[in-house]
Amino acid sequence: MEIIEQVKTESVPKNIPMDLGHVKISVQDLSAFFGKTKVIKNVSIDIPEKKVLAIIGPSGCGKSTFLRSINRMHEVARGTITGKIIIDDEDVMKIDPVYLRRKIGMVFQKPNPFPTMSVFNNVVAGLKLNGFRNRKALKEIVEKTLKQAALWDEVKDMLNKSGAALSGGQQQRLCIARTIAVNPEVILMDEPASALDPISTAKIEELIFELKKDYTIVIVTHNMQQAARVSDYTAFFYMGELVEFNDTKKMFTAPSKKQTEDYITGRFG
Amino acid sequence: MEIKSNIKKFSFYRRKTANVIMLSLSLLAALVTLAPLIFIFYYTISKGIAHLNVDFFTKLPTPVGEPGGGMVNGIVGTLILVAIGGGIGIPVGIFTGTYLSEFGHNKFGAVVRFLTDVLSGVPSIVVGVVAYTLVVVPMKHFSALAGGVALAILMIPTITRTTEEMIKLVPQSFREAGLALGIPKWKITLMVVLKTAWKGIATGILLGLSRAAGETAPLLFTALDNRFWSTNIFQPIASLTVYIYTYASAPYKDWNDQAWTAALVLIILISLLSLIFRIITRSKYKTTN
Amino acid sequence: MEIVKESDTHKKLQDYFRKSREKAGASRKTFLTKILGNNNLGDIFFERLTLLFAVLVFLLIIFMGWEMYSHSILSIRKFGWGFITSTTWDPYSQVFGALPMIYGTLVSSFLGLIIAVPLGIGVAIFLAELAPSWLEKPLSFLTELLAGIPSVIYGLWGIFVLVPWLRDTVEPFLQNEFPNSFLFQGAPYGFGMLAAAIILSIMVLPIISSISRDILKSVPNSQREAAYALGATKWEVTKIILSYAKSGLLGAVILGLGRAIGETMAVTMVIGNRPQISTSLLDPGYTMASLIANEFTEAASELYLNSLIELALVLFVITIIINIFARLLVWSTERKWKLSPI
Repeated sequence: MEIIEQVKTESVPKNIPMDLGHVKISVQDLSAFFGKTKVIKNVSIDIPEKKVLAIIGPSGCGKSTFLRSINRMHEVARGTITGKIIIDDEDVMKIDPVYLRRKIGMVFQKPNPFPTMSVFNNVVAGLKLNGFRNRKALKEIVEKTLKQAALWDEVKDMLNKSGAALSGGQQQRLCIARTIAVNPEVILMDEPASALDPISTAKIEELIFELKKDYTIVIVTHNMQQAARVSDYTAFFYMGELVEFNDTKKMFTAPSKKQTEDYITGRFG
Repeated sequence: MEIKSNIKKFSFYRRKTANVIMLSLSLLAALVTLAPLIFIFYYTISKGIAHLNVDFFTKLPTPVGEPGGGMVNGIVGTLILVAIGGGIGIPVGIFTGTYLSEFGHNKFGAVVRFLTDVLSGVPSIVVGVVAYTLVVVPMKHFSALAGGVALAILMIPTITRTTEEMIKLVPQSFREAGLALGIPKWKITLMVVLKTAWKGIATGILLGLSRAAGETAPLLFTALDNRFWSTNIFQPIASLTVYIYTYASAPYKDWNDQAWTAALVLIILISLLSLIFRIITRSKYKTTN
Repeated sequence: MEIVKESDTHKKLQDYFRKSREKAGASRKTFLTKILGNNNLGDIFFERLTLLFAVLVFLLIIFMGWEMYSHSILSIRKFGWGFITSTTWDPYSQVFGALPMIYGTLVSSFLGLIIAVPLGIGVAIFLAELAPSWLEKPLSFLTELLAGIPSVIYGLWGIFVLVPWLRDTVEPFLQNEFPNSFLFQGAPYGFGMLAAAIILSIMVLPIISSISRDILKSVPNSQREAAYALGATKWEVTKIILSYAKSGLLGAVILGLGRAIGETMAVTMVIGNRPQISTSLLDPGYTMASLIANEFTEAASELYLNSLIELALVLFVITIIINIFARLLVWSTERKWKLSPI
């Protein structure tokens, strides 16, 4: 309690100065709209390379919209944004969205493998549909990515079965494999484990831990334990605003804001 | 008190009786509706089967008074007409339906959607007249092509609306999954969305085709009729339905009998069409909707 | 990353990514994308392609009306409104008045509806409210099968089964029972208005019943439960549902009317084809569609042909008005339940 009192009296800047290493994506004064409703309010944040950034906050706080703004999926749902998102010195709004999304992969809340495709074709859907057809290379990629996604042993005998025939947890790992197969640099995950059972969730979390060696990962979750387990940094969103962005350990032991403290101790949300 | 409870009792019985009567009436309506179906199938099969033989499928019609003969040209003619109609109507219907579901969330889309509904209510004979002015008049003679155009116009509303409805059933998450992989939208629409919705769309196409195969009115003055063997789409062509009409209205007993056989063959043809279509479109994987 | 270690595969993949990067970079700079905005060219092409077809369908309907108008200009100029008010249709003296056909079309359709509406809505009630689900599916399928039978087969059945039955059994019976009724005068031919009405009623029944069933089903279950909870019997619940669905059911009936008015072959084969106005149901009549079907290929003069095409235009306009009206009714009822947050 003493700490909280202390923190409250200090005026803390939104972004606590931290050594983030190399910054992969820099979000500057981002606001996102649905029609006239402002769902993200002037958020600025730097996303470090090859680290896991968790975004937490109560439902409807704009976590998903923030994520979908980064790979321009927000416009698919007829949303608009103002402000800037810079990836590797390039403004995402100036990059062809199709190319941008190959660079920034995304995993969704509900597993969504293509039901008309086999497991094999699901993994390489992004490559095949873009004209990469070297059969031998595709085979190798399927094996490698499925191994990376910790799914190979479970599905190696059923590569020709429909992707929809797998269990929920397997489907989600298949979706992760599908995302890795197009060789992105960033992976966005929108509550990837919220529709899964505890064992599958544990597998996905392990997988995230492995993946961060090669990829920059941004994960949205409403599960604070999960954020604490998998992430290096955590950002807390509330009502469309970025309340606090901090080192995960600090965030969960000594948050600098009263609102964050209230949220992670379960006093609201 | 006595009166009150009597009224209550009375109204209770009345309500119960009304319930039973009305429910029985609706059951009766269902039975009466099915009666003609049974009648028509019974007569078509029992009367049609008498002249159903190999000749019917291999020989041309004989002149009046000469018994025997078949309607091979009519069977082939119907198939050609339906093929022309499908060749034009299926792509137009699928693309229009795709437009309506993927891009048509605007005023123009609403207008097109409404007009296709209206088009589906336009009588087939009127469509025949339009095909006449559109194809027969400039070409200066009747042709299979004109008949095919008429059938295509009749198919378009069915195929368009089924395509639209079926594409709408494909969950948004599949489109998002594709977009997030950096696949262009048109490829997602063609290779994921249409592929997932394909079975439903195929049912719509099948419905359109089988209705077209049963059409007579729009063929009367477009494809006309042909007593001889012809597969030239720029010449008049025979069809089973027009044969049924002329043979049924003619004052010759053996023609009347052959009309029944033609009707039976037409029904078999339509059923076969649906069977073949179902086999072709049987998808490798189960779709999840 | 493991993939990168595989030299061969890796090289191909890298090649591919480089190319796609270049493609994306190049497409940004082209003249076309400058005009069309920062979008994928394939997407724009695909959208325009589908738009083209939608425009085609849009124009088709406008064009149909125009085409018939321009090909009936001779008779429109010559007869004016007299075309639909005159009762004489005489190709020999080149006088064309369509009133008997308009009369025959409307009367046969209305008679058909009088038979079909109670049956059709009865079936719909049975399917939507009463039938157990194991019975509902096959029954719906069978009624839809009824809609799939080609019209010419109905006509065939009409000529050889229905007409003889009417001529030998029903019509003499009606004349015996109601000897003085204006409805049953004249010789019992079998072919005539009554036969047409019966055939039409069978043909529009599936339309009315399937659309009505969909409309009844679109009324949310919460409405039914509310009524049951008040102690209503099944029929009383159904009455409430029917009152909710009124305008939609009216729409279904009018769609049936549209179908009956345009129906050609079956009617042509049983109505007797005589251009006259008679109050007797046993007398032959004529409909617009039947006349077009019968006389189109025989039209020897330009004026004759123009008159037939004008008749098609009249039929087109009538059915379009009917359809617009009916669609609006059906659409507004179904929409009511979709939008309200019950």
